[in-house]
Amino acid sequence: MTETAPHLLELQRVSKYFGNVIALHQITTSVRAGEVTCVLGDNGAGKSTLIKILSGVHKHDDGHFLIEGRDVSFGSPRAAKAAGIATVYQDLAMAPLMSIWRNFFLGSEPTTGWGPLRRLDVEGAKRTAIEEMSKMGIDVRDPEQPVGTLSGGERQSVAIARAVYFGAKVLILDEPTAALGVKQSGVVLKYIVAARDRGLGVIFITHNPNHAYPVGDRFVILKRGQSLGNFPKGEISRDELIQMMSGGAELEALAHELESVVRPEDIIARR
Amino acid sequence: MTTTSSAASTATAADVVSTTDERLARLSARQRLLVRPEFGALAGAFVVWLLFAWQAGSVWLSWQGTATYLDRSAGYGLTAVAVALLMIGGEFDLSAGVMTGTTGMFAALFAVHSGLNLWLAMALSLLIALFLGFLNGVMVIRSGLPSFIVTLGTFFALRGFNLWLTQQVTDKTQVTGIVDTGGHDIARKVFASNFVTIGGVGFRVSILWFAGMVAVGAWVLMRTRVGNWIFAVGGNRDAARMSGVPANATKIGLFMTVAVCGWVHGMVVLLQTNRSNVIEGVGQEFFFIIAAVLGGCLLTGGFGSIVGAGLGCLILGMTQQGIPLAGWNNNLYFLFLGVILLLAAFANEWIRRWARTASRPTVDVPDTAEVAHAAATRTTTDD
Repeated sequence: MTETAPHLLELQRVSKYFGNVIALHQITTSVRAGEVTCVLGDNGAGKSTLIKILSGVHKHDDGHFLIEGRDVSFGSPRAAKAAGIATVYQDLAMAPLMSIWRNFFLGSEPTTGWGPLRRLDVEGAKRTAIEEMSKMGIDVRDPEQPVGTLSGGERQSVAIARAVYFGAKVLILDEPTAALGVKQSGVVLKYIVAARDRGLGVIFITHNPNHAYPVGDRFVILKRGQSLGNFPKGEISRDELIQMMSGGAELEALAHELESVVRPEDIIARR
Repeated sequence: MTTTSSAASTATAADVVSTTDERLARLSARQRLLVRPEFGALAGAFVVWLLFAWQAGSVWLSWQGTATYLDRSAGYGLTAVAVALLMIGGEFDLSAGVMTGTTGMFAALFAVHSGLNLWLAMALSLLIALFLGFLNGVMVIRSGLPSFIVTLGTFFALRGFNLWLTQQVTDKTQVTGIVDTGGHDIARKVFASNFVTIGGVGFRVSILWFAGMVAVGAWVLMRTRVGNWIFAVGGNRDAARMSGVPANATKIGLFMTVAVCGWVHGMVVLLQTNRSNVIEGVGQEFFFIIAAVLGGCLLTGGFGSIVGAGLGCLILGMTQQGIPLAGWNNNLYFLFLGVILLLAAFANEWIRRWARTASRPTVDVPDTAEVAHAAATRTTTDD
C-alpha cells in the first residue's frame, strides 16, 4: 500500500485509566486497508486493554480514536461491529457441538419464505460457508461437521472467514496463535495474509515476534502500558523486534544468572 | 430431510480427500448414523417393540394394544417434547410435571367455582402457565443459579400452593363438576376425544397433539433461526451472546414453551378424567428428562433431537404398557428405566467427547516458509 492511502483505523496518543492506574499511556498506531499491524507485548503489557478499546468494550480516556478519519468512541461492542471492526477472541465465539455452517451464521442466519413458514436457508447457508472458507484458502468438505472436531487453527479460520463475510473492514485477532503448535500457527498466519490480501486492515495481537515479523507491516511494542514505538517494517529488523519485545537488557542479565547456576563444568562432570 | 444432499457432499468430499489430505479420518456411513442423536432412541424403540411383540404376542400387536401404548407415550410426550427443547437450550425444568396439575386446577376452579365459560377458564389458566414459565426463566437468568435448583423451588412451591388452594375451596384435593360448565363439549372434543376408530378401537386425540408437537418442535429446532439460537445458548452461551443471539430471551422463551406444553398436557388430563386432581403430574418431571436423554439430548445442553425425544416417550410408553401385558412384575418398569437411562447417558457422553476432543486436521497445513514468502512477495512489490 502506498503511504498516501487513508488510514482505516488510527490511534493518536490514546490513554486509558482505571482509577489511578494508567493502563495505557499515549499509544499511537494505525492500520490501512491491506495492511497488518502487529501489537506485541508480554503478559500485562496492556494488549487486552487496547483490544477492549478497539472493540468497544471500554472507552478511551484521552487521545483520538479515528475510523476512516472520523473521531469515534464506541459505547458498546455492537457499535464497534457496526463500524466494521470485528474481533476474533482467543476463546472463539463458537459452540463446539454445532456444525460449521450453523456456527458460521450464528446470530445472522439467512432465512427464506415468510410468515410462520419463514425458515433457515440451509442449503444457501452451507453453500456460502463453503465458498467463503474457500476464499480464505480453506477446503471445507462437510459443512455439517461439528466445529469442536476441527483443530485450533481451523476454528480460527472459521471465525476469520465469518468476520470477513459479515463486512468487517478491520479485523482484530487476539493472540490467535497462542494456544497452537508450530504448524497450526502457520495455518493461522496464512489466513492473516489471506485476510490482508482481501483488503482488510488486520490488527494482530501476539507475544510472539517470530509470528508477527513475517506477516506484519507495522509493529507496536507495548510494555507496562507504554508504547516502545510504532515502527513500519522497514525501520526495524526481526532481531531488534525480539530484543525490544523481551527487554534485551533483562534477557542478558538472566543469561548471566543462569550461567552462574548451571556451569558448563557441572554438565561435563555429570557425564 | 437432507439425506440426498449430504450423500452427495460425502461423495464429493471423498474425492477431494484423495487428492489433498490423506490423513483425514473420514466418518463411515455407519459412524455417521451412530452419532445422529436420535439413532439410539430409534434402535431402542424398535427393540422394545420387538421384545413385547414376542413376549405379549397378539395383545401387543392388536389395535387395542397399539392404541394403549401410543396413548401412554403421548401422556409423556405432551410435556417431554418441550422439556427436550429446554435441555438442548442448556436448562432443566423440574416444575414441568406439577404444571399438569396446576393448569388443570386453575381451569377447573375458574370454570366451576367462578362460573366462567370453560374456554375462558382455560385461557386464564394458559396465562398463568405463561407467567409461571416466564418467572422460572427470569429467576434462572437473573440469579445465574442452576435451573435445577430454581425450578426445584417452583416445583415445591406450586405443589404446596395447589393443595392448599384446592382444600380451601373444595375441602378436597380435587375439583369436580367441569362436565356441566359451558363449552365443555367442544373442549372435550379438542383435548380428549378419539380422533379415529380402527377395528372398533378408538385412538385418542392426545396422540395427534403429541405427534404435532414432535413435528413442530423438530421443525423449529432444525429449520428456524430460533432453533439455531437454542443450540447455541445450550452449547456456548457466551459465544451466542457475542454473536448477537438474544440469549436471555431464547432461554426465557424455552421455559415459557415448557409451561405452554404443560398447559396442553393439563387440559388433556382434565378433560379425559373430567376432574382436576391437583397432584396430577407430580413425579412425572423425571420421566420427561429420561425421554429427552433417551432421545440423545445432553444434560449439558447444545445437542439433541426432538424426534429422538418423541421416540424416547414411545420407549417409556411401550415399556410401561408392555410389562403387564407380558405378565411381568410391574416393578420391573423402574429397573428398566434406570438401566436404559444409564445406557443412553453413557452413549451421549461418548458422542460429546468425540465431538469436543477429536481434532483431526482437515485442511492443508502450509509451510511457515510459504507464509513468509507470501508476505515478502507482497511487501517487495509494494515498496
